[in-house]
Amino acid sequence: MESLTYNKTILPDNVQQFRVHPQKFALWLGLSVLSMAFAGLTSAYLVRQAAPNWQEFTMPEAFTWSAILMVFSSISIQVAVWAFKKERIAVYNISLVVTILLAVAFLVSQYMGYQGLQDRGVYLNGNPSGSFVYVISYLHIAHVLGGIVPMLVALVRSLFTFGNPEKLAKFKSNGNRRVGIELLATYWHFVDILWIYLLLFFMFS
Amino acid sequence: MAELHNPAIEVHHDDHAHAHDHHGHDDHGHHELNFIEKYIFSQDHKVIGKQFLILGMAWAIVGGLFSIFFRLQLAWPDESFPILEWFLGGWAEGGKLSADFYYALVTMHGTILVFFVLTAGLSGTFSNFLIPLQIGARDMASPAMNMGSFWFFVLSSIVMFVSLVIQTGPAAGGWTAYPPLSALPQASQGSGLGMDLWLISIALFIISVALGGLNYVTTIINMRTKGMDFFRMPLTIWAFFFTAIIGLLSFPVLFGAAILLEFDRLLGTSFFLSDIYVAGEALHHSGGSPILFQHLFWFLGHPEVYIIILPAMGIVSEVMAVHSRKPIFGYKAMVFSILGITILSFIVWAHHMFVTGLNPFVASIFVLFTLLIAVPSAIKVFNWITTLWRGSIRLNPAMLFAIGFVSLFISGGLTGIYLGNATLDIQLHDTYFVVAHFHIVMGLAAFYGMFAGIYHWFPKMFGRYLNSTLGYIHFYVTLVGSYAIFWPMHYIGMSGVPRRYFDFTVFNQFNQYADLNKFITVAAIVVFFVNLLFVINFFYSIFKGRKVTVQNPWGATTLEWTAPINPGHGNWEGDIPAVYRWPYDYSINGRDFIPQTEKLGPNESEDHDIGSDTPKPTEKVPGENLH
Repeated sequence: MESLTYNKTILPDNVQQFRVHPQKFALWLGLSVLSMAFAGLTSAYLVRQAAPNWQEFTMPEAFTWSAILMVFSSISIQVAVWAFKKERIAVYNISLVVTILLAVAFLVSQYMGYQGLQDRGVYLNGNPSGSFVYVISYLHIAHVLGGIVPMLVALVRSLFTFGNPEKLAKFKSNGNRRVGIELLATYWHFVDILWIYLLLFFMFS
Repeated sequence: MAELHNPAIEVHHDDHAHAHDHHGHDDHGHHELNFIEKYIFSQDHKVIGKQFLILGMAWAIVGGLFSIFFRLQLAWPDESFPILEWFLGGWAEGGKLSADFYYALVTMHGTILVFFVLTAGLSGTFSNFLIPLQIGARDMASPAMNMGSFWFFVLSSIVMFVSLVIQTGPAAGGWTAYPPLSALPQASQGSGLGMDLWLISIALFIISVALGGLNYVTTIINMRTKGMDFFRMPLTIWAFFFTAIIGLLSFPVLFGAAILLEFDRLLGTSFFLSDIYVAGEALHHSGGSPILFQHLFWFLGHPEVYIIILPAMGIVSEVMAVHSRKPIFGYKAMVFSILGITILSFIVWAHHMFVTGLNPFVASIFVLFTLLIAVPSAIKVFNWITTLWRGSIRLNPAMLFAIGFVSLFISGGLTGIYLGNATLDIQLHDTYFVVAHFHIVMGLAAFYGMFAGIYHWFPKMFGRYLNSTLGYIHFYVTLVGSYAIFWPMHYIGMSGVPRRYFDFTVFNQFNQYADLNKFITVAAIVVFFVNLLFVINFFYSIFKGRKVTVQNPWGATTLEWTAPINPGHGNWEGDIPAVYRWPYDYSINGRDFIPQTEKLGPNESEDHDIGSDTPKPTEKVPGENLH
């Protein structure tokens, strides 16, 4: 169904190759761009680490908690995608709310992590080993915020359709919106995996 | 991601679904575009391409003028030039350039030319203009994102321009922005606000490149018309495709470096700063490494030179095939050599760092990879020359610039072999030899590719021709001038004259080159003015040039020439044409050319691996195919 509406709106009339949805393709491409930015930064960390005057410290536990929160939020947004496809609008709304709350909890746990770093005597403007953790995790937080905003938009949109059967029917069959929530979920999984990667990297490199 | 479809185009499709008999954009139900929607905030890839070109040209004039200013200083260090004071005010009091501003000019010349002119102006222009037209698409995958790409470039331009007019002047630490100079606001005037604006501008520029690149790759992968297999794409498209991939993978690393640098500047971190004194004061920074910045920078910086040169290579391949009326020699070899260059571009960055105390063993690995680039480059040069061989060459300005490109690419590439060797580079690195090398091989060569593209596709862009007489003057004067500027520079460099010096008069051993420096400056001024002539030709011809009256004036095979002379948004008035053959069927089966849209004849095969103009036995068919 959705693919039909989609064909009419986006496909040029004579296109042959169309194996991947162009928005999804563009998102994956965009994620590889972001991956390169973080790969560059973590390589910089490794290069610097090999030089003398490098302060060692253990990562605060709060950062591990934030990883666990991220995993749960990944699950809950996947539930939202499933609920949208099954047209279970209430489940969809609830899982979106849960995801947003988990994301906020993530931000809190990051803040606690920074407190933990300061307890260890690791400051932003101290030895580069600590500065890297601060700056790279700031950048990650920027990406988390970049996910929370569209989640709020999606939530507000679906709440507006409650109690209006006409709107609800339209909402349920809206292919573009389904693609939207799928894109959002993909992005959110990326942000999740990115944090797990960064955490393991900081713990074991 | 913004929405990936454009309402204007959508309406068009619906039209075809319902009413096949009437085409033409103006009759559609949607509202007429006003001036602002059509020319300013346009989502039409063709308009966006032209916008990139015109803003790029404006920057080229600024960047070129800056080079004239500092060339005046190098040639006549004791003279005073009232014109400098007129342009630069307090920076050139009494008509004499201040040393601080000399470095600002050099920095801005590099930044503007590398990023704004040869990245945005070249790949931005032609990727936008040609990708949908040549692969048979109505527009980019996301016209809105595409428009965003241009407007981030505008924002970036504005920030950079503001940095030119602030009191402390623009960034002055070189286009490479090496710390510690760039990381310490108190280190020099140019390291102050100017440097912050430089970093912001480059960050905006990176977003522009990313939005554009995402679109180019998505469009090429997903939006090709029926029959447009990968190996039926023109070489221009292959070049833009790999250019976009290089940009997407290398620019984010520069973004990371810029963020770390900004933290060092504003928040007191020490990523790139070790124990350091400025003006007798010990700074608290400790533990950083300026070399780290160089690694991050050149991880972008080297791929960046291929971002600049690959589009030029693609354009030259296409222009040469069309104007020598011959299939490009070794089409697949051309594609795979672009791929080879793309891969190698990511593993050669440390050849910019041989003099930083790089471990000689590591250096030897980078030497190996660097010299390997000679292989795909030589394949391409060989194929261009063999494409010309026994062709029916039309020496029009587009073709002349394409040939000029090959000439410059060879002479600039050869000196790269010297510089790619770590041991030789230690002697040559900080001399004018390097300046001469990279200006010829990536600066001028890319410009020639851009000119070839402009002369060739101007009729498609504006429905009018550029004036050819002015084109010939433009080409010959620029060619002679190019070599007049940069050939002597090799000589100066080999004899050890260091680059980045404001004034040589205090060094007796370099005084013997004073006349040569004057010669170079005169040549540079001549080339600058002859290129202003080109700009005049460009704008005059947009409005007053000879009109294009035939759809396919060059007799080219590719799809853009099947569109109307002045295509509207959506490019083709009926259905998008389907493609049945590769784009290089020139002088074949007794015909001048066969467009891509023509079906294969009964006795034709689509096998062009030989890449030669000699018809294969199966293609030697009697009369019925010749009419």
